[in-house]
Amino acid sequence: MNKTKKMKKNVILDLFLTFVKIGFFTVGGGYAMISIIEDNCVEKKKWITHEEMMNLTVVAESTPGPIAINCSTYVGFRQAKLAGALAATLGVILPSFLCIFLIAMFLDNFLEIKIIANAFKGIKIAVGLLIVDAAVRMLRKSEKDRFSIIVTAASCAAMLAINIFSWNFSSLRLMLIAGALGIFAEIFRKARGGDEAE
Amino acid sequence: MIYLDLLVGFLKVGLFAFGGAYGAIPLIRDVVLSYGWLTDEEITYMIAVSESTPGSIMVNLATYIGFNQGGVWGSILATLAVITPSFVIILVVMFALKKAMKNRFVKGALSGLSPCIIGIIFATGIFMMFTNILPVTGVLSFGEPNFRALIITVLLAAILYGLRAFKKNPSPIMVIVCSAVIGAVAYSF
Repeated sequence: MNKTKKMKKNVILDLFLTFVKIGFFTVGGGYAMISIIEDNCVEKKKWITHEEMMNLTVVAESTPGPIAINCSTYVGFRQAKLAGALAATLGVILPSFLCIFLIAMFLDNFLEIKIIANAFKGIKIAVGLLIVDAAVRMLRKSEKDRFSIIVTAASCAAMLAINIFSWNFSSLRLMLIAGALGIFAEIFRKARGGDEAE
Repeated sequence: MIYLDLLVGFLKVGLFAFGGAYGAIPLIRDVVLSYGWLTDEEITYMIAVSESTPGSIMVNLATYIGFNQGGVWGSILATLAVITPSFVIILVVMFALKKAMKNRFVKGALSGLSPCIIGIIFATGIFMMFTNILPVTGVLSFGEPNFRALIITVLLAAILYGLRAFKKNPSPIMVIVCSAVIGAVAYSF
């Protein structure tokens, strides 16, 4: 019994440290974090499966709050219940908490520090690349029936148009439409007599 | 009382901030301005700082404003307040989802949502890469093309996909570290 207790402690420490690492390198918004979480939690540690990660991304996007918190809470909970969820979530916010804390205390002119500003110009480029890479990887592992391909292409085109023309149309509405389409497709499939082997 | 304001204000941000940090900025601005915690200019500056530090923008803003208004305890309180709603909601939704997955309507909705999210992420990444190289200044109007960014983009893509071609899968973290070094060097001249 002592041994299982010790093992549990190790899992919690592992969760905490892994998410400290993930939190430290999450720069430039939530999407960049998807590839870091996939790399650490799906491929290296095998804490969750790719399919779970996909569902988690969907749920994280359709519920309020930062993706970072959603992901760490879920992965932590899956491994070690509430203690795991707390360890992972506190881990993921610790680096940003300390950074902002230091900036608030000492660095009024943080953005004027040349070398940091320059490094972040570089990081911004990597973030764009990593986000595209994450999308490609998701695409490769996703279902490739006609419906999915059309929805992916249409959402991508719509989102690009929203960005280019700075339309006031949140991605959340896009997701609502896609979800509704998914339900209609399901009803339609049933009405046609079920399994279309694709 | 400032602690109560921080708690309520950031619970509100955490509870209603849908659609990632950028979608949430108007809401954050609203809450922060209504309490008079920061001026409009300070918010813009802090968003820029948050983008250039690890962590999500919401959490960073909460920490900063909390510290400004209520010192160490204020920052801890505001940070915990902003993450609590998503902490609770994700656990409830993910486990409800597991059961609901047997329902064909839920499955149908997911079958539409998943490809949609992939499309959105794709578009976001492409647009980000594009604006780094050719800054977008308005609807269909662009600034000077940034050749340094173009070269860095090609270089990073070469590192990522080159290493992958040799079966040495570089971790995203390594790519970010490389990009920071390259950026610090390349933009210093």
